[in-house]
Amino acid sequence: MTARSVRSLPGVLKSVFSNRLSRVYGAAACNQRHKSTYTPPPARYGGRHTVTLIPGDGIGPELAHHVRELFRFCCVPVDFEVVNVDSSMASEDDINNAIMAIRRNGVALKGNIETNHNLPPSYKSRNSLLRTTLDLYANVMHCQSLPGVRTRHKNIDIMIIRENTEGEYSSLEHENVPGVVECLKIITKTKSLRIADYAFRAARATGRRRVTAVHKANIMKLADGLFLECCKEVASGYPEISFDSMIVDNTTMQLVSRPQQFDVMVMPNLYGNVVSNVCAGLVGGPGLVPGANYGEDYAVFETGTRNTGKSIANHNTANPTAMLLASCLLLDHVKLHAYASMIRRAILSTITETRLHTADLGGQGSTSEVVQSIMNAVQSTGCLTTERIGLN
Amino acid sequence: MAAHSAVLSMSKIINPFWGGRLGNTVKVFGTTLTSHRNKTLLTGENIPPPAKYGGRHTVTLIPGDGIGPELLNHVREVFRFSCVPVDFEVVNVNSALETDDDMNNAITAIRRNGIALKGNIETKHTMAPSVKSRNNLLRTSLDLYANVMHCQSLPGVQTRHKNIDIMIIRENTEGEYSSLEHESVSGVVESLKIITRNNSLRIADYAFKLAREKGRRRVTAVHKANIMKLGDGLFLQCCREVASGYPDITFDSMIVDNTTMQLVSKPHQFDVMVMPNLYGNVVSNVCAGLVGGPGLVPGANYGNAYAVFETATRNTGKSIAGKNIANPTAMLLASCMMLDHLKLYDHATMIRHAVLKTMNETRLHTADIGGQGTTSEVVQTIMRIIQSGGQLTTEL
Repeated sequence: MTARSVRSLPGVLKSVFSNRLSRVYGAAACNQRHKSTYTPPPARYGGRHTVTLIPGDGIGPELAHHVRELFRFCCVPVDFEVVNVDSSMASEDDINNAIMAIRRNGVALKGNIETNHNLPPSYKSRNSLLRTTLDLYANVMHCQSLPGVRTRHKNIDIMIIRENTEGEYSSLEHENVPGVVECLKIITKTKSLRIADYAFRAARATGRRRVTAVHKANIMKLADGLFLECCKEVASGYPEISFDSMIVDNTTMQLVSRPQQFDVMVMPNLYGNVVSNVCAGLVGGPGLVPGANYGEDYAVFETGTRNTGKSIANHNTANPTAMLLASCLLLDHVKLHAYASMIRRAILSTITETRLHTADLGGQGSTSEVVQSIMNAVQSTGCLTTERIGLN
Repeated sequence: MAAHSAVLSMSKIINPFWGGRLGNTVKVFGTTLTSHRNKTLLTGENIPPPAKYGGRHTVTLIPGDGIGPELLNHVREVFRFSCVPVDFEVVNVNSALETDDDMNNAITAIRRNGIALKGNIETKHTMAPSVKSRNNLLRTSLDLYANVMHCQSLPGVQTRHKNIDIMIIRENTEGEYSSLEHESVSGVVESLKIITRNNSLRIADYAFKLAREKGRRRVTAVHKANIMKLGDGLFLQCCREVASGYPDITFDSMIVDNTTMQLVSKPHQFDVMVMPNLYGNVVSNVCAGLVGGPGLVPGANYGNAYAVFETATRNTGKSIAGKNIANPTAMLLASCMMLDHLKLYDHATMIRHAVLKTMNETRLHTADIGGQGTTSEVVQTIMRIIQSGGQLTTEL
């Protein structure tokens, strides 16, 4: 267990693992893309953390700007190292720089980088590249019904743990015969065991009772069969947590009729994509749910559904909630819990005010109004803040 | 069974007459074909004539597992009651056996009759991986390339979304369901997803033709081409090519994760959707959930020469089998689709009308839509409505 993965587990288990922390000094890896085998120490100097910030495309830059605004206002001891990634360039230098910066700092907050599918197939998805290079194997998305947001289903509380590096997203495709394309979906035992283990540990750490594996093993017997077997193996080591499995089509149908039956769900990459988007839709949309990508050594935080939001970029109508909640997850990860709860409380109190709802929730509020209101809420709690900065 | 022997006896009479002209068609007698899964039968040279003798159609019936047998019994009951001129040739498939003989018999029967109504055949994932899914086998052998599911909000069924009307066309034979997997290195499994230009063009063409026929304005292709650039990229390209030949229909595309999210928040924006196999599976289940559940939506699998009808979400329903609580609506509506396919439109409309009228009565709703009615009550009511329609019926 390494320093960062320990940090991704809350309180109780840390003492168990802390005696096995490895000490490494942070010389930069000369080979930019090889999987590093050492853990850099936390980038914390003089009590201030340094976090990589990748604005991305679409609504990413403006939301990242709001995060910085808010952090500065609340005097959060976090400095952002901004790395811009230009998605239209064919060379991979930008994303390599970003990856290097994340290796340096250990933690990142990112917006989604657009993958234009009109570019040639040799252009790999930058987000996918980032995830596989840094081996951020677990994508965790906690979908909770927020008070104040009206949805068709109430009281949803589902934690989705999605394998983030293999499965259908291996980007291995070929066309041996013209007109016939083969895409490879890779499932490995090590990664399936790893994600199942993560899921059960997270369930135990958060006091959850039930883990459901989502699969399609009746059709993909070897692949999803292997995944299911690994989950069952790991489940046997956690007797207090009940384990069951469900086929993905039945799962999605149950999610739209009775989502309250699900607790923790673990699944391979593509099903995770679909199921997490369905759950995000159920709790109110892409603007509300934060997501986190955890690896052994690194953690990257972003919005749960990874939307670029090109059509609403710079209109001041984007919902900042998802990005701000993601930044709270970041603060929890670097152990600035007090700041995290303060900001989170302010966000949730703002969400209950219907007149401040942005367009995606059916209201007419603007992003800046929402952020101002959050800053007001923070100030009114009496915490140390700077003077109000004018928002543009 | 009676139908089978009736056909045999009929063909003994007819055969000498028609022997020469029926040269290329499949023989009706139970001799097995040398190659059951011979796809050359589907190149168009050997489309069998409709199995219609003396004005009565013969349709293959595969009861399947779980709730399949009881629902199909109800279908037969309703058909017999309404004097529908359809005889069922029942072929049982035992899903617990490892050999494919049962399935081959079923496929032969469908080749013979051209049409089938089936329940879902269970695929136990505890059996060896070499035992392939029987349902999948049937679809690929008969080349039933298009799975069509029409999700409509039914009046009388309370759902969170109202007025949904989405038609989903799903590629049924390739994609992730190729069942081609291997484990070259132990602990690493590779599963192949195959997308071909021919099949993609074919399904896109089917979707646009159907949209035009039904007067639909918009077709949406669902894909994940930002990640699977070659695979789904090819599919998308084929859809675009076909779309250019239908200028009256707007074509757009949407990534599957965004699609599922939009479906749970704003399903009314969708009209016709076309997609590869796995996304079709997920999207059709989401839509079925939106309109009221698996008990309400019928599905159809069309090929060039054959058609097989079943419930859209293909559930076996083992946990509710034999308890008289299954919802017969989906299977009955599927049988109406079958009657439409056989061009028995009057009977189809009559039964469909009776089924929809029964759906309006909340006290008859079965457990899956939140009521306490039993399957037999629902079927009885349907038969009573048919009788009150003044049609020719047998006694109740």
